[in-house]
Amino acid sequence: MNMIAPRRSRLVLVGNGMAGVRALEEILSRAPHEFSITVFGSEPHGNYNRIMLSPVLAGEKTFEAITTHPKSWYSENAIELIAGEAVIAIDRDAKTVTGELGTTRPYDVLLLATGSNPVIIPLPGHKLPGVIGFRDIADVETMIAASQSGKHAVVIGGGLLGLEAANGLARNGMDTTVLHIMPTLMERQLDPVSAGLLKADLETRGLKVITEANTKAILGEDRARGVTLADGTELPADIVVMAAGIRPNIALAKEAGLACGRGIQVDDGMTTSDPAIFAVGECVEHRGALFGLVAPLWDMAKVLADRVTKTAATDYVPAVTGTRLKVTGIDMFSAGDFMGDGNTDDVVFRDAARGVHKKLVIRDDKLIGAVLYGEARDSAWYFDMIRTGADISALRDTLVFGPSVGGGEAAGVETLPDTAEICGCNGVSKGTILEAIGKHKLTTVDQVRARTKASASCGSCTCQVEGLLAFALGGDYDATPKIKAVCKCTAAGHDAVRAAIMDKKLKSIPAVMRAMGWTTPDGCASCRPALNYYLLCAWPGEYADDSRSRFVNERMHANIQKDGTYSVVPRMWGGVTTAAELRAIADVVDKHRIPTVKVTGGQRIDLLGVRKEQLPEVWRDLNAAGMVSGHAYGKALRTVKTCVGSEWCRFGTQDSTAMGIALERMTWGSWTPHKTKMAVSGCPRNCAEATIKDFGVIATEAGWDLYVGGNGGIKVRVTDLLAKVATEDEVLEYAAAFMQLYREEAWYLERTAPWVERVGIDTVRARLSDAGGRKLLQQRFQESQHHAQTDPWAERAAGAEAHEFHALATVE
Amino acid sequence: MDGSMLVWMDIGHLNDIPRPGSRVVTTPGIDIAVFRTADDRVFALHDRCPHKAGKLSQGIVHGDSVTCPLHNWVIGLEDGQAKEPDEGCSRTVPVRLEDGRILLAVGGA
Ligand code: SRM
Ligand SMILES: Cc1cc2nc3c(=O)[nH]c(=O)nc-3n(C[C@H](O)[C@H](O)[C@H](O)COP(=O)(O)OP(=O)(O)OC[C@H]3O[C@@H](n4cnc5c(N)ncnc54)[C@H](O)[C@@H]3O)c2cc1C
Ligand code: SF4
Ligand code: FES
Repeated sequence: MNMIAPRRSRLVLVGNGMAGVRALEEILSRAPHEFSITVFGSEPHGNYNRIMLSPVLAGEKTFEAITTHPKSWYSENAIELIAGEAVIAIDRDAKTVTGELGTTRPYDVLLLATGSNPVIIPLPGHKLPGVIGFRDIADVETMIAASQSGKHAVVIGGGLLGLEAANGLARNGMDTTVLHIMPTLMERQLDPVSAGLLKADLETRGLKVITEANTKAILGEDRARGVTLADGTELPADIVVMAAGIRPNIALAKEAGLACGRGIQVDDGMTTSDPAIFAVGECVEHRGALFGLVAPLWDMAKVLADRVTKTAATDYVPAVTGTRLKVTGIDMFSAGDFMGDGNTDDVVFRDAARGVHKKLVIRDDKLIGAVLYGEARDSAWYFDMIRTGADISALRDTLVFGPSVGGGEAAGVETLPDTAEICGCNGVSKGTILEAIGKHKLTTVDQVRARTKASASCGSCTCQVEGLLAFALGGDYDATPKIKAVCKCTAAGHDAVRAAIMDKKLKSIPAVMRAMGWTTPDGCASCRPALNYYLLCAWPGEYADDSRSRFVNERMHANIQKDGTYSVVPRMWGGVTTAAELRAIADVVDKHRIPTVKVTGGQRIDLLGVRKEQLPEVWRDLNAAGMVSGHAYGKALRTVKTCVGSEWCRFGTQDSTAMGIALERMTWGSWTPHKTKMAVSGCPRNCAEATIKDFGVIATEAGWDLYVGGNGGIKVRVTDLLAKVATEDEVLEYAAAFMQLYREEAWYLERTAPWVERVGIDTVRARLSDAGGRKLLQQRFQESQHHAQTDPWAERAAGAEAHEFHALATVE
Repeated sequence: MDGSMLVWMDIGHLNDIPRPGSRVVTTPGIDIAVFRTADDRVFALHDRCPHKAGKLSQGIVHGDSVTCPLHNWVIGLEDGQAKEPDEGCSRTVPVRLEDGRILLAVGGA
C-alpha cells in the first residue's frame, strides 16, 4: 500500500492577480510538490492579464483572450481556488486566514498579493452609482454597459490609465472628456512637448481634453449625471471614471498588525515583518518605493519563490521601468529620468510634420532617460543603454537617430546587444529569445511566445520578436518552397503523387511510398489519410479503404468531442424531416440517455455526448427508423441546405427543397478532398446561403444559377458563377461533374474555395462547359458513387470493425 | 513504480490490435492505450494526451509515434514524450510480448 506521505507545507495566497499567480508559477517551477496550495481571490474568475483590460474595453480583445489562468489551470496543478471570496482576517497566532463567507484555511506560509485600489477622490457625489475606477473586468463591463445606455463619459485623470479608459469609452461610441489637473497629460511619463503632441493626437480621435481642470463635484441624485468644474463649467456624464492614481491595498495586512507604510513593508527577500508572511506586487512598499507596472513584479515573484522554496537567497533589486500607452495607433515610450536637471544634457529630435519627438537625457556620458513619441521602434535599444549604464560618448552625435543611422530601414533588432530587453512586460531579453529559437528550432511568433512568454502580455513587442525570427532564421524565415510537399515524409507534391498513382497503377499506400521514395517507413498522420483518399478516388470499388489511415472521426463515423465522447448526426435530406423521424430520434435520446440534442448550422440534428461503446446501438436504432449517417464527421459530402421554395414561399420561383433533396440523394456517401457542402435557394433572396457553399444553386424564373467555390468558415469566400441552366437534370449533371473534377484534381484538405482560387474559375468553367468532358466526369462520379453509397452505420451496427468500440481488456 | 509489486497480466493476443493501431485497457484508475506498430512492436501509455487529455488510443499510429486525435500533437510511444515543438509527457506502462500474448504490468503504482 501507499506510504503516508510527509505532510506537505500549506501555502495560502491571498490575491488572485498578476503578481500572486506569477509567484505561484515560479514556486511550482522550483518545487512542484512541496506545498499544498490554496488561493483566495475576491474576483470570481481565474487570473487574467490586467494590463490588457484596455484592449478589452476598446473592443480589440475578448476577456477569454486575456485569461491567462482559467480555472482548469488551478485544478491541473492541484491548487484549491476560492474565487469570489475576499479574505477579511489573518490570525497570525493560529496561522489561519478567514474569508468573508467564513471559509478558513491554515497556513505555514502566507503570500499577500492584494494589489492596489483606484484612488477615488472624495468629491461631493463620489459615491453615486456610475462613478467607478478602472481596475478590473467588472469595471470594464460597467463601462461597456454605460456606453450602451448613455452618451457622455468623463474621465478624471490624464495619466496612462485615464487615457486608455477614455480611448476605450470613445471607441464604444461615447462622447468622452478627460479632465486632468496638471498642465500636461501623463506628466510622469512625458515631457511637455510630447505631451502636447499626444493631446493633439487624442483630439483628432474625437476625445476632449481639459488640462488644469479642477473638478468640484459630481452631479446627480440617484446616479451620476454630470460633473462641475471650479470655473463653473458643467459637463454631462452617464459615467465618471476616476483614474487619479492607485493606492496599495493594505487594509488586511494593517488589521493583522504587519508593518505598513503606504504599502506592506517588505525586505529585500519580500518578507514582511512576520517571517511566515511574504508579500508581492503592487501592495508592497520596498525601501520606501511603491510600484505600478508589471515588470518589477516579475522580478519580485522570482525572489519570493527562491526564498519560499529555499532554493536561493536572492534579493530584489529595483530596476528602471519603461512605459508605453496601449492606445492603438499611438506610438510612445518613456523610461528613466526623462526630465533631467542642471547636471544633464538633453538631445532632442523633432519632426513636426510626422509628429515625431524624441528626447534623450544624458549625464556623465550615460543615457539616463528617454521619451520617444510618434516613433518608438528603437525603444529597446535605448532602454538597454539606460538599464546597463553603457558609455555612450562614442555614439553621442548620432544617438538620437537610433541604431540604424545611415543604414536606412535595414538595421533593427539585430543591432541590439543580447542583454537588451525585448519584452518589457515579461522581462525577456534578446539573448533569451535567440537562444530559444536556436535550441527549440522555433519558426513562428506563437512558438516564441509559448516558449519564452515574449510578447505574451501587452503584445507591443510582437514586431521585434518577428524581427528576431527573421534575423535568426535568415532566408529560411519566409522562404516558401516552390512545390508544396505532401508532408515532411517526402519531397513530392500532391499532383506528382496523384499522377504516379494513375500512371504507375499504384494500388496501396506502401506501393505509393515505395515508388515515390518516402523517407519514413509508414508515413505520418498527414500523408496517410491523403494517400488513402487518392487511392480511393483513383480505384473506386477496387481499393480497400485503410481504416488505420483514417482520422478518428472517419474511422468511428462520428465526431470525437473534447471529452472523448462522440456526436451522432443522422442525415436529414434537404433539411426536411417528419414526425416519425423526430419521434424516433427522441426515443433514441431517451433510451441511450444522450445528454445533448442540438440543431446544427447545417439543418439537421446533432446528438452529443454518446459514448464510444454506445455508438453501434444508437446507429442500429436510427437505422431502424430509416435514418443513415450524415457524414458530419467526414471529408465527404455533408449537408445540402434548402429553403422552402415555391412550394410555400410567396417569392419562391422553383421547388428548391426537392432540388436539394435530389442533390443530396445523388451525392451522399462520396469522399472528397475536404468536406463538401451544398445549398439550394428558391430565389435570389438566398435564404439557404447558397453563395457560400462549395456548390450553390439559386432558382430564378428562367431556371437555375449554379455557383461554386464558396465557403463560410475561417476565411469566407463567396462563390463564382459556374453556369446558368434550365432543367433539374442539368443541375444534377453539373453538380456530379463538378464534384468529380474536384475529387480528381484538388489536393487533400483543400476545400473548393482555395482550389478554385489556385486553378482559376476560368479553368473550372472551361472544363465543365465542354459537354463531352462534363458527361465523362459525371459518369466517373456515378461509378464511384455506385461503390460509395453504403451506410457505414448499418455496416458497423451489423458488426464490422467491432474492435473499435470495445476495450481490449479490463483490469479490476 | 515499485518493481517488486508489478504483476504481468495477459491482456490479449497481438492480433487483437489492428496493425498499426491501438486498443484500450480499462482499469479502476486511468485507461491505458496499448499500441501495435507496423513492425509488430507493442507499447503502452496512459490514454491521455499531455496537451488536453485527448484519447491517444484514437489517434493515427505511424513509425513509433501516435498523433493525438484532438489537436495533432505527436507523442513518442517509447517514452511518452511529445515531439517538438510541443512539450509534455504521457506516462508509459511496461508491456511485453510473449509468444504473441501481450503482457501488461499492472499494480504497484
Ligand atoms: C455541428 C456543427 C455546429 C453546430 O452545432 O451547428 C459543426 C461542428 C463542427 N464543425 Fe463546423 N459545424 C457545423 C456547421 C458548420 C458551418 C455551417 C454550414 O455548414 O452551413 C460552417 C461554415 C460553412 C462552411 O463550412 O463553409 C462550418 C465551418 C467549419 C470549419 C471551417 C471550414 C473552413 O473551410 O474554414 C471547420 C474546420 C474544418 O473543417 O477544418 C469546422 C469543424 C467543425 C468540427 C468538425 C470541429 C472538429 O473538427 O471537431 C465540429 C464538430 C462538432 C461535432 O462533433 O459535432 N466547421 N461548420 C455544424 C454541423 C453541420 C452539419 O449538420 O453537418
Ligand atoms: C487598465 C490597466 C492597464 C494597465 N496597463 C499596464 C501596462 O501597460 N503596463 C504595465 O506594466 N502595467 C499596467 N497596469 C498595471 C498592472 O496591471 C499591475 O501592475 C498589476 O496587475 C499588479 O499586479 P498585482 O498582482 O499586484 O495586483 P492585481 O493584479 O490587482 O491583483 C490583486 C488581486 O487581489 C485581489 N484581492 C485584493 N484583496 C483581496 C483579499 N483581501 N482577498 C482576496 N483577494 C483580494 C484583487 O481582487 C485582485 O484580483 C495596468 C493596470 C490596469 C488596471
Ligand atoms: S464554431 Fe464549430 S469548430 Fe468552433 S466551437 Fe463551434 S462547433 Fe466547434
Ligand atoms: S489533447 Fe492531444 S493534442 Fe490536444
